[in-house]
Amino acid sequence: MEQQYPVLIVIIPMFTAMVLTLAGWFKPSVCQPLAVVGLLGSFLSAVATLAKVSAGGVISYRLGGWEPPFGIEYRVDGLNALVLVMVSLVALLVAVFARKPVEKELGNKISNFYTLFVLLVTGLLGMTITGDAFNLYVLLEIAALTSYALLAMGRGRAYMATFNYVILGTIGACFYLLGVGLLLIKTGSLNMVDIGSILPQLAGSQAVLIAFGFLMVGVWIKMALFPFHGWLPNAYTYAPTATSCLVAPLMTKVSVYIMLRIMFTVYSADWIFNVIQWKPVIMILAVVAILMGSFFALAQRDIKRMLTYLIVAEIGYMVGGAWTGTSAGLTGTIYHIMADGLMTVCLFMVIGSVVYRKGRANFESFKDAFQSMPWTMGALIIGGLSMIGVPPTCGFFSKWYLISGAYQSSDYAFIVALLISSLVNAILFIRIVETAFFSATSEEVPDPHEHQEVDYADSPVSMLIPMWVSALALIAMGLYTGEIVTRWIQPILPGGLI
Amino acid sequence: MEWLQINYNYLLVIVLLMIGLWAMIGKNNLVKKCIGMCIFQNAIIMFFISMGVKAGSTIPILNYTKVDGVKTYFTEASMYANPLTQILMLTAIVVGVATLGMALTLVQKIYSEYGTCEEDEILKKIG
Repeated sequence: MEQQYPVLIVIIPMFTAMVLTLAGWFKPSVCQPLAVVGLLGSFLSAVATLAKVSAGGVISYRLGGWEPPFGIEYRVDGLNALVLVMVSLVALLVAVFARKPVEKELGNKISNFYTLFVLLVTGLLGMTITGDAFNLYVLLEIAALTSYALLAMGRGRAYMATFNYVILGTIGACFYLLGVGLLLIKTGSLNMVDIGSILPQLAGSQAVLIAFGFLMVGVWIKMALFPFHGWLPNAYTYAPTATSCLVAPLMTKVSVYIMLRIMFTVYSADWIFNVIQWKPVIMILAVVAILMGSFFALAQRDIKRMLTYLIVAEIGYMVGGAWTGTSAGLTGTIYHIMADGLMTVCLFMVIGSVVYRKGRANFESFKDAFQSMPWTMGALIIGGLSMIGVPPTCGFFSKWYLISGAYQSSDYAFIVALLISSLVNAILFIRIVETAFFSATSEEVPDPHEHQEVDYADSPVSMLIPMWVSALALIAMGLYTGEIVTRWIQPILPGGLI
Repeated sequence: MEWLQINYNYLLVIVLLMIGLWAMIGKNNLVKKCIGMCIFQNAIIMFFISMGVKAGSTIPILNYTKVDGVKTYFTEASMYANPLTQILMLTAIVVGVATLGMALTLVQKIYSEYGTCEEDEILKKIG
């Protein structure tokens, strides 16, 4: 049994999705508890795998018993073990959270929603755990296809926004596949570690360089790095509440993880930073992504849309940190994958609760929210502090590592962009908190287009619990930063970094 | 010229990729975008299939000679085409069909909502 934990992480949600389809025909109300149970099993397996990795090093699981270069290998080291725990935890929290908003927004599609939801998590977990480049492509498409369907369930411009995402997401996945094809021609292998051991002999090859270009552009489109970010804000804004809570924290972070995997497992730090000279260009992209994301976020009236632009900025943090070529910068990136996943889900759940109670989430709906929804606003403050980067929340520590990495590699523009972004985040959240704390209710003009009755109760308990778990996890992660970094992140940093 | 004789398949794939990419990004009609997506994905399938092709090769199945009713099995790796690329593309074809289905469903939904498939007219209606 103990040997099977890695595969259970992926198999449990996959079979849960099949059961959910059947159960949905007979009794849609059992779907959400079933999904929670399935994702809980996946989360527990991920935690067990993490414990096993930290005790005994890299786990190599052979699917079907085939030896690694020939068969598909699940390969778990400290990096994916951490990301797996983060992904399965966030998915579990959102599954608990989703009950009420899904009933309200997608009344007749409950079983379809949870089936797709669990399948999407299967795809994301599979992308994280697999050690096979083509298997990763298939799981990438599973995650992408389910997320298209989930996003298109939304309101207003959701169809058009999702269609743009389908087109760009397909281009991204196809570029990734082209890169894998070129590597297959040159090395004859699809196993990432195996490719990584062959590539040093092909260091001067043009095809290997072009393959790297294809792979990078593919994952950048998937993670919405500037200038490929155009699809993200619309697709996530018009999505249903529960969908955006799941997709916004996870899809982009898993893409960042894939970028790290390609850079440091398939290729090597030495090749990336000494042989090819791409670093200056990519640092500029990261800086522009941070600045653009922050400034566009300032211009938004809708809070959910504002958060989607903050995701674009956060992607700039992680790409920039990884490309500084320093151990500290890469530590910051790996740490920030976890931290950003948790704080994005916390904030999206807060916005989801406000939408659930008030019908929409612009500044007006936050008026007087401290009196009507004190607990929700408490979670907002913790999430906001983490976004700004105030200790002891984990947002501070990831920024600390990113800035010290950028200082070591003299990327001062990146430091400035990080500081500006923190300031902008501070302005944004202070604006929300100010509206929520000081505005009087009497000024509120009833919106004639709004037919939902305004409710002055706090969010339901089933929404508050996951929200507060994620908020407390932000503080706990901040307090145990040293532990996480020395125990899990430092052993997996590749050689060849400053 | 010799280079062209060996590598013409890659040129063809590049041309198809460019046609597909141009249709996906440049075309105004959403159905044409879907067609471009189909061309783009099929170009990649041809890229993978053509990289595994070998002149005069056969399928990788255990072969045998029959002498007096006694079968003697033998394998000779140099006889076989690379089966891996074809197997990979079986999966990629399925993925491509699913993506195309998803995209066409969305186009249908967009059409029933806005009454048109032209992107600029839809954007005008959204305002």
